[in-house]
Amino acid sequence: MTDVKNLEELFQAKIDAEQKIEPKDWMPDEYRKTLVRQISQHAHSEVVGMLPEGNWITRAPSLKRKAILLAKVQDEAGHGLYLYSASETLGTSREKTIDDLLSGKAKYSSIFNYPTLTWADIGAIGWLVDGAAIMNQVMLCRTSYGPYARAMVRICKEESFHQRQGYEIMAVLAQGTPEQKEMAQDALNRWWWPSLMMFGPNDADSPHSQQSMTWKIKRQSNDELRQIFIDRTVQQAEVIGLSVPDPLLKWNEERGHYDFGPIDWDEFWNVVKGNGPCNKERLDARNKAHAEGQWVRDAAVAHAAKRAKRKEAA
Amino acid sequence: MAMSNPLFQYTLRLGDDLLILSHRLSEWCGHGPILEEDIALTNRSLDHLGEARNLLTYAGQVEGKGRTEDDLAYRRMERQFTNVKLVEQPNGDYAHTMARSFLFDAYHLPLMQALLKSKDEQLAAIAGKSVKEATYHLRASSEWMVRFGDGTAESHQRAQAALDDLWTFTGELFESDDVLAQMTQAGIAPDMAAVKAAWSKTVDEVLAEATLKRPADGFMATGGRKGMHTEHMGYILAEMQHVTRAYPGAEW
Repeated sequence: MTDVKNLEELFQAKIDAEQKIEPKDWMPDEYRKTLVRQISQHAHSEVVGMLPEGNWITRAPSLKRKAILLAKVQDEAGHGLYLYSASETLGTSREKTIDDLLSGKAKYSSIFNYPTLTWADIGAIGWLVDGAAIMNQVMLCRTSYGPYARAMVRICKEESFHQRQGYEIMAVLAQGTPEQKEMAQDALNRWWWPSLMMFGPNDADSPHSQQSMTWKIKRQSNDELRQIFIDRTVQQAEVIGLSVPDPLLKWNEERGHYDFGPIDWDEFWNVVKGNGPCNKERLDARNKAHAEGQWVRDAAVAHAAKRAKRKEAA
Repeated sequence: MAMSNPLFQYTLRLGDDLLILSHRLSEWCGHGPILEEDIALTNRSLDHLGEARNLLTYAGQVEGKGRTEDDLAYRRMERQFTNVKLVEQPNGDYAHTMARSFLFDAYHLPLMQALLKSKDEQLAAIAGKSVKEATYHLRASSEWMVRFGDGTAESHQRAQAALDDLWTFTGELFESDDVLAQMTQAGIAPDMAAVKAAWSKTVDEVLAEATLKRPADGFMATGGRKGMHTEHMGYILAEMQHVTRAYPGAEW
């Protein structure tokens, strides 16, 4: 027992001294479990997140927009790969991690259970969803686990490009024809509240947060990040002439922040539990791709084995 | 109409092939058999789209009526598209998708290599950019043909079925007509007999390594270059064009 206690003290001392924890370092089981859960959820979010955006690739309204969207969704796949690799450094396998997604055991960001109904949703996702994700991800570039922090540095560079292109889509629509402006406003109305939910429950209702802060997995609380996001995004909406769908939104001089209306946490938990508009579609799509790809993966493995055998014989 | 501006027609054909193949490949995005392949397919789609945009932009300039890449992609109907029927075929299973790309890549690479010497500087420049990508595409699709052919019994059977299904669409890649004859004579288009020989050699070599059978040349589909497509084409365009057609005059 004293050994473990010493190890834990050394571990925490390292974190307090802002040293990164690396795969071969000793770490408490709970730290490992928390990271595996968080990194794999993050990886799944990237991969499931390809679906709502991929939904508009074949319908993108110009060749330039189509090229940008293809590149963006491809980036998300790349992020999924880095993150699956980061979670493997903690002793999990990619197969097992993906199986947990496919069986519905593992979670992913609930935002991707909302449908993309118009082209403006592609703008709204880039601007709001990637914008909210960046808040978390910038923080995670300094997270205490080395491989996760390094993956996030690469991801953040690409995400900030995603956020800008989404905002630009919205700006063009907002300055376009009345129908386009209406499309942009409607997308903002539908994506605003789910984007705020992306930061997770209020700090008072987030039981694991305190431990994650002590371990410096997290460095800012859900509510802090949400506030920064709101302050920034409200101003961006004003610049392009769109209005944020919150009648209680008001600048608070004293706090130096916007006050905002209550978030519907019932909706949030309902979607987390699987009752969002697209939970079933998203999981079905992932399961279908996985099942239909089985013979392809089998062929690749079988061929590699044949090659190795021939090489051995030669 | 074709005769009035053969360089426009020729450039448009090259562009339409890549635009439609890119579109089909983009349908895979998010649904690939493994994450690495999803990324590779999207790359392929993006490369083709990039080349298509260069070609369509140039076609618009050659035509001289002020049409942009988007006018040509989003404001023509299926009878005005001049791509070969091969590229509009549905994705099917992964063997069909890869066989379609393999048969196209084996043609596209020697075509681009030959176009490097085109007397049309712009086409030569576009080819210069494409050769590197096309080399990689052919290598990747060839590797998949070999993996499938020489993988499992199921993958072998699927790959052979794909080749058998798609073979009828390969004749069109090498068809000649007045547009091509004029372009070849002007030193703008290459000698297609040489491109076909290179294609045939690649196909034989790869299929031999894959232990797959080269299908016999039978009936060869035709008509794509004249805007006579398979029934798939209308659906591709309906999907691709519906937003821009619903909001005429809007900028995106």
